[in-house]
Amino acid sequence: MTPVRLEWQVSKVVDVRHETDRARTLVLDVPAWSGHRAGQHLDVRLVAEDGYRAERSYSIASAPEATNVELTIERLDDGEVSPYLCDVLHPGDGLEVRGPIGGYFVWTTMESGPLLLVAGGSGIVPLMAMLRHRSRADATTRASAPVRLLYSARTWADVIYKDELKKLTDDTTASIAYTLTREKSANAPGSRRRVDRALLEETAWPASDMPNVFVCGPTPFTESVASLLVELGHAPSNVRTERFGPTG
Amino acid sequence: MQTEEMRLDGNAAAGMLADVFARDTTAAAATCAGCGTIAPLGALLEYGQGMGVILRCGKCDGAVLRIVRTPGRLRVDLTGVVFLVIPE
Repeated sequence: MTPVRLEWQVSKVVDVRHETDRARTLVLDVPAWSGHRAGQHLDVRLVAEDGYRAERSYSIASAPEATNVELTIERLDDGEVSPYLCDVLHPGDGLEVRGPIGGYFVWTTMESGPLLLVAGGSGIVPLMAMLRHRSRADATTRASAPVRLLYSARTWADVIYKDELKKLTDDTTASIAYTLTREKSANAPGSRRRVDRALLEETAWPASDMPNVFVCGPTPFTESVASLLVELGHAPSNVRTERFGPTG
Repeated sequence: MQTEEMRLDGNAAAGMLADVFARDTTAAAATCAGCGTIAPLGALLEYGQGMGVILRCGKCDGAVLRIVRTPGRLRVDLTGVVFLVIPE
């Protein structure tokens, strides 16, 4: 399943999609792609003319069943790599990648039981791959893995994949709760606070349902949510986390 | 930059781990030599990137695994891990 050695290869950008003011999706054609599992990521390498190299890891957003590999990149203004990926790359350009990588923060429809996904900001990306993967399964499989997503973003405008999330959760076995920490408009959906214990009690599967839990977001978010879930009785081994950092 | 913001987890080191072990080891269970806690490498706390990484135990903060890339060499310090179970 995992390649013996991860080799760098040049993928081709086949499309670039605008997601939000700060996020773009790169649709990549990766010639020697061995297939991935939802939650895995990809390393991207940029090499400057003087030989300076920068490598970053990005979560894969697309379902394993999709033809192309999609990365959704949030632009960090002082980053070395993300401004290039968001602003400079165009369809037809090449991009050096290796992957898929990772086997810990991974979910497949083989793992039945309730699924709880908690996203902070662009932490939604690997969780989106899980939702997309789940949506490709038959109704029986979906019913055996009912999903709840809790998505924390700064504002409604920062929420990535809005329309698709609406479609994916238009199903009795899937639901989504938003919380917007800096939203001013009363018309936007969801709560208006950080993810706290009460919000998890309202929106998450109770620990007695023994859900498979995946939490992804900035380090302080991820650690706070994971600690709260353990306080609420979830087994630490059922709470899988992925932190992402400020170097973009 | 605060230390907390710079800290990631072993998932971020997955590429470098694959360079060393020639397979994915983020789901591999490592027993910390400092306190005996068993955790997947992907769940360990990760500091630093670029030249190298240190994976630290979430319980005792001991360095479980260190990898440094120098020109033409990968240098690996495994003194912090007493046992590693790699799923196949």
